[in-house]
Amino acid sequence: MAASEEGGLVFHPMDQFIVKPLFGDGPVHWYTVTNVTLWMFLAVVAITLLLVVGTRGRAIVPNRTQSIAELGYGMVHKMIEDIAGKEGLKFFPYIMTLFMFIVFSNMLGLIPMAFTTTSHIAVTAVLAVAVFVTVTVVGFVKNGAHFLELFWVKSAPLALRPVLAVIEVISYFVRPLSHSIRLAGNMIAGHAVIKVFAGFAAIALVSPLSVVAVTAMYGFEVLVGFIQAYVFTILTCVYLKDALHPSH
Amino acid sequence: MISLLQQTAPVVVEETTEIIVVEPAVVGVPTDVTHEVAQTGLPQLDVSTFPNQIFWLLITLGVIYWILSRIALPRIGAVLSDRQGAITGDLMAAEEFKRKAQEAEAAYDKALADARGEAQKIVAANRAEIQAELDAAIAHADAEISARTAESERRIGEIRASAVADAQTVARDVTADLLTAFGGAADQGAIDAAVDRRLKGAVQ
Repeated sequence: MAASEEGGLVFHPMDQFIVKPLFGDGPVHWYTVTNVTLWMFLAVVAITLLLVVGTRGRAIVPNRTQSIAELGYGMVHKMIEDIAGKEGLKFFPYIMTLFMFIVFSNMLGLIPMAFTTTSHIAVTAVLAVAVFVTVTVVGFVKNGAHFLELFWVKSAPLALRPVLAVIEVISYFVRPLSHSIRLAGNMIAGHAVIKVFAGFAAIALVSPLSVVAVTAMYGFEVLVGFIQAYVFTILTCVYLKDALHPSH
Repeated sequence: MISLLQQTAPVVVEETTEIIVVEPAVVGVPTDVTHEVAQTGLPQLDVSTFPNQIFWLLITLGVIYWILSRIALPRIGAVLSDRQGAITGDLMAAEEFKRKAQEAEAAYDKALADARGEAQKIVAANRAEIQAELDAAIAHADAEISARTAESERRIGEIRASAVADAQTVARDVTADLLTAFGGAADQGAIDAAVDRRLKGAVQ
């Protein structure tokens, strides 16, 4: 606490990320209902509102909500088809789940006082590892040992291939790390910067500037929130493509 | 890593109920350490909250997957394919209507051409009829004219003949009278011959 009290200015940019029980003040067990639970639940509610309640009319000429739902459906569907091909469409519900969860967590996290579940490495790492494991299993099930050709660059000269293979293997195993840290890092940085700017609003002299900065950052974060969800999804499709068609 | 090890220790202790009395003392140290980590470092690195987050994340993903794969995605997919079907159907109907319109236009054109042909036939027939009537009338008129001409010629001939006869009579009479006046004997026969001789060529 003492570290944060500096000349009247109160900076707690990281406090927003603290996981705490929703009821009471006990320890955080694995089953404890925490703010994580609340905001994940809200994401489920929001997704249900958009994709289930919004499309209940099943209208040929859609209303606004149904249009947005169809837009999201079409975007992810087309992305999978374009990148991973028709075979990738089997994983459409899975990839759509990832995209919807990330995009709604990012957006809900922008509500003032909200908790951003996707700003936690534990969450993004589970998502990324799930993708990694899925892709690896699918690769071996679909192609057997041929999946290893992913690391054996046939178009390169023979002498270079072992070197390239080492690089390819390393890059393959780094995927879940970069995949998860990219998302969490973006969320942490953006939210922390907004909080820091907001902290400056306590000083009357710079508060107008601070408010403008917070507004600008907020708009930027809306963009980042969507783009990161998009990037996570598109990379999942790319990895899936590697699993379905491993030869370069 | 240290906090992870320290965190797992009290959890194990908690399971056994006999040592629960010792809990505050044993737990006290690591919780303070964790607390400090949460305060000074990133809350993201507070390993003690990981099981909680992962547990709720898996539940959330499961629920979302269930909702999407069972309800939302089939529904939206059905709506999209329905729309595609409706659009295709409408396009086909439009094609059908266009074809019908073209057929109707062709039929119209054909009817127009037929009507025109019919009209020309009727015009030709009328013209032929009129021509026939006209020819008949002209022939009739020609016959009339030639009849009248013949009649006129006949009468003119009659008139001319009577005029010649009159002239001969007058000439003979005048000749006879002249002869008588000059004291000559009027030989009727000679007179007639002389007059006729002289008149020949003058009257004809």
